[in-house]
Amino acid sequence: MKKSNKPTIDTPANPQPLKRNGGGQTGGEFWELRLYVAGQTPRSLAALANLKRLCESHLAGRYSIEIVDLVKHPKLAVGDQIVAIPTLVRKLPEPLRKIVGDLRDTERALVGLQLRAGKPN
Amino acid sequence: MAKVTEIRSAVKASLPKAPTGIHGLDEITGGGFPRGRPTLVCGSAGCGKTLLAMEFIVRGATQYNEPGVFMAFEETPEELSQNVRSLGFDLDQLVKSKKLALDFVRVERAEIEETGDYDLEALFIRLGSAIDSIGAKRVVLDTVEALFGGLQNEGILRAELRRLFRWLKDKGVSALITGERGDGTLTRRGLEEYVSDCVILLDHRVLDQVSTRRLRIVKYRGTAHGTNEYPFLIDEKGFNVLPLTSVGLEHKVSNERISTGIPRLDTMLGGKGVYRGSTILVSGTAGTGKTSLAGYFVNAACQRGERSLFFSFEESQEQLLRNYLSIGLDLKQWIAKKLLAFRSSRATAYGLEMNLVAIHKLVHGFQPQVVVIDPISSLMQAGTSLDTHSMLVRLMDFLKLQGITAVLTNLSSQGEALEATDVQISSLVDTWLLLRDIELGGERNRSMYILKSRGMSHSNQLREFRLTGHGVELLDVYVGPEGVLTGSSRLSQEAREKAAEAARQQETERRQRDLQRKREALEARILALRKEFEAEQEQFALLTAQDLATEKASTEAREQMAFSRKADPTGNGPTRSRRN
Repeated sequence: MKKSNKPTIDTPANPQPLKRNGGGQTGGEFWELRLYVAGQTPRSLAALANLKRLCESHLAGRYSIEIVDLVKHPKLAVGDQIVAIPTLVRKLPEPLRKIVGDLRDTERALVGLQLRAGKPN
Repeated sequence: MAKVTEIRSAVKASLPKAPTGIHGLDEITGGGFPRGRPTLVCGSAGCGKTLLAMEFIVRGATQYNEPGVFMAFEETPEELSQNVRSLGFDLDQLVKSKKLALDFVRVERAEIEETGDYDLEALFIRLGSAIDSIGAKRVVLDTVEALFGGLQNEGILRAELRRLFRWLKDKGVSALITGERGDGTLTRRGLEEYVSDCVILLDHRVLDQVSTRRLRIVKYRGTAHGTNEYPFLIDEKGFNVLPLTSVGLEHKVSNERISTGIPRLDTMLGGKGVYRGSTILVSGTAGTGKTSLAGYFVNAACQRGERSLFFSFEESQEQLLRNYLSIGLDLKQWIAKKLLAFRSSRATAYGLEMNLVAIHKLVHGFQPQVVVIDPISSLMQAGTSLDTHSMLVRLMDFLKLQGITAVLTNLSSQGEALEATDVQISSLVDTWLLLRDIELGGERNRSMYILKSRGMSHSNQLREFRLTGHGVELLDVYVGPEGVLTGSSRLSQEAREKAAEAARQQETERRQRDLQRKREALEARILALRKEFEAEQEQFALLTAQDLATEKASTEAREQMAFSRKADPTGNGPTRSRRN
């Protein structure tokens, strides 16, 4: 996991330390996200685009996205128990959450990230 | 894909196999699982799927130099490692020496949300990376169906699994995929649809409170395989499949004859004993000396320096040794020399098949030349009569194939005709000794005869079978006008006969003496007569001489008279007389 700091997909990871208040319903903690992809497949690109859009609208300024390309670093799949591609892992805040899929369904993605409660939280 | 498979399966003989190294399984699959193709192993919980898969990998790595990847979906590497350590598999060492790669895939539905499309590329990458890291030739996915528990989109999963199996084939690895058995289907998620080359079904069933594990090859493309259910055993050495059908009657036969340990019995068997590798059945009612007879056989084998294995379902080793000592057999010495091993257990402790597997295993381990099973009737209690029969057939075939001389004892029930009880197996045995009781004159005696003995001339005589402190004795029974007599009846009959014989002898002697006396008397009389005759002869001679003398005297007297009367001389007599 130490290598994971190096973003490996062309799209650079955007650690955005600015703590602007986004539109999220949760408090002000910092979000550390990691997106696992396998090469530059349309699905991966779609997932990344969807993720960025989602973060910008809900977590603007207090999130970081790390992209791990398993084609280049296959061993990294073991650590987070990645089976499906693409998988988004919410490392922070705890607890760990995984969202599988291209994040096309924003509502479900938000529920999955617990940015929006399926049930109110 | 199907077409390709069909074409390939046409080349039956050349279908390459990846040997499992599991005893028995390679035999029934004709060499192992299909090389470079996926095999599905399915069965209910606790039937040994994971163990089979693990043995496939470990034995591949250790025995066939084929490194393997074990991808576990249910157990962590630590758990797996612990579970198989008791079988002598050191997974950590194998991992270190790059012969094994363990990957634990955990999919928790609770922490996963799905939105939109995805695929299982990550799983492929993980597997691919593991395969490449050690150059694996074998892959196990245990149990890949767990993915269905973690991910919701069944459509995607199915498509991806299909792709996975295809991908494994393309990789050229011999894959083994395990699957939980479903209701009415081989696997819960219908994996058998995707894995079509070889499907193995494991079963664990309990019948009459006896559990038996069985294995069946549901299908195996391109290979002729046994369709039966084969029992298997999981023990301290791992998986053990038992090829139970007799493959054929192709065992080699030996012309060598070996002693039964009882010289008189050898004599009855054409003077040379039984053939090596034949099956000898000793049947009889309780207490007729079956076990003792087997003991002598074992003793003789050990004296020849051969190894014997004694399965006892009735007595413990200590008990047997003590009892053998009482008939003059010291078998303890052979145990010390590692020529003899006992295995005492209750037949009912396991199912029938388990007993068979256990016998198989021990025979393979000990490599004996003689095997005793005492008695096979105990095995009958462990299963139905049909099962027992098929089991015994397999057992005998197995022993024959190994060239092992088998001594089976069978306890016949008192009520039934002795021959009838054993009809089931009589056709399978080569030499059949029948021990029976003869109750006569208030005592019970053992007798023995040879019911049959293939390929040799043998005695048709009943023998009395006696167990004494110095061994077994076979005695001629008394067969006479009184019928067949044994024991003290025979002894008293013999004594009576002896007395009668003595009386006859005396009578003859007396007559002889009489005759002698008569002859002597006659000869004495003849002598007396002869003496009388001689005396008469003497008398006669004397009288004759007297007569002559008298006549002469009277003649002289007449002449003198005539001379004196000056009678005319009638001759020169008077002249001579004068001259005289």
